[in-house]
Amino acid sequence: MPLLTRIFIKTAMVYFSLALLLGIIMTVRTLAGTFPVYIHLLVFGWLTQLIFGVIYWMFPKYSRQTPRGHELLAWITYGALNLGLVLRVIAEPLHAAQGSQLSGSLLVLSAILQWLSGLTFVANTWSRVKEK
Amino acid sequence: MPRLSVWFVRCSLVYFLLGLTLGSLMLVNKGVPFAAWVWSFLGAHMEFLLLGWMVQLAMGVAFWILPRFGSGAPRGNELLLWAAFAALNLGIWMAALQPYHMQSWLALTGRILEAFSVFLFVFGSWQRVKPLET
Repeated sequence: MPLLTRIFIKTAMVYFSLALLLGIIMTVRTLAGTFPVYIHLLVFGWLTQLIFGVIYWMFPKYSRQTPRGHELLAWITYGALNLGLVLRVIAEPLHAAQGSQLSGSLLVLSAILQWLSGLTFVANTWSRVKEK
Repeated sequence: MPRLSVWFVRCSLVYFLLGLTLGSLMLVNKGVPFAAWVWSFLGAHMEFLLLGWMVQLAMGVAFWILPRFGSGAPRGNELLLWAAFAALNLGIWMAALQPYHMQSWLALTGRILEAFSVFLFVFGSWQRVKPLET
C-alpha cells in the first residue's frame, strides 16, 4: 500500500472518529452550524477520502513509469481536501454563531480548496479508469 | 476493468465533479451571499453525490472485482447490469431536475428508476457473492 494511501486512510479514520464524537456532543448540546460540519466530516472527510486512498492504490496502473499517475497532483488532492475541510470545520460554526467577513472569507476559501481537491483527483484518476 | 465498469466509474467521477461544484457554490454563497437561488441546488447536490458518485462507483467496482463464474459469462448477465446503469442515470437526472420542473411525477419516476436499478444490480450480482473456489 503506497504511503499516500496510508495517509489518506488514516486521516479518513480520524475524521470518522471526530464525526462520531461531534454526533455525541450534538445530542447533548445544540451548537449552531455543527450539523453541516457533522455530515461533511462523514461524507467528505471519511467516505470520500477513504475512496480516494483506495482508488489511488487499487485502480489500473497509469503507465509502467508512473503507475499511479502524477504523484504531486495526488498530494495536492490530499492537501486541498484536508485544508479545505478543516477550514470549514472552524468557519462554519463561527459563521453560524456570528457571521463576520473573516468567517465568510474562510468559507469561500474552504469551498475553493475542496473543489480543487475534487478536480485534481478526477484529473489524476480519469486515465486510470480503462479497459484491460 | 470491464467496459461496463469503465462507464460506471467514469460517470461517477463526472457526478462527483458536478455535485462538488454545486456544493462549493452553495458554500461560497453561505460565506459571501450573492444569489438566493443557489440554494435550489441542494437536492441535486445530494442526488449527484450520494447516488451519482458513491452508489454508482460502488456498482462499477463491484461489477469489476466480485468473484467471476467459472463457466459461461464470467460476470453473469451483463445486459441486466447495463439496464441498471441506464435506469440509475436516468433516475438521478429526473430526481435532480424535479425542483425546476414543478412536476411531482418526475421525482417519483426518478426514485422508482433508481430503486429498479438497485434491484437489477442486486439480482445480477447476488450469485457472484461467493467463495472464490466454487
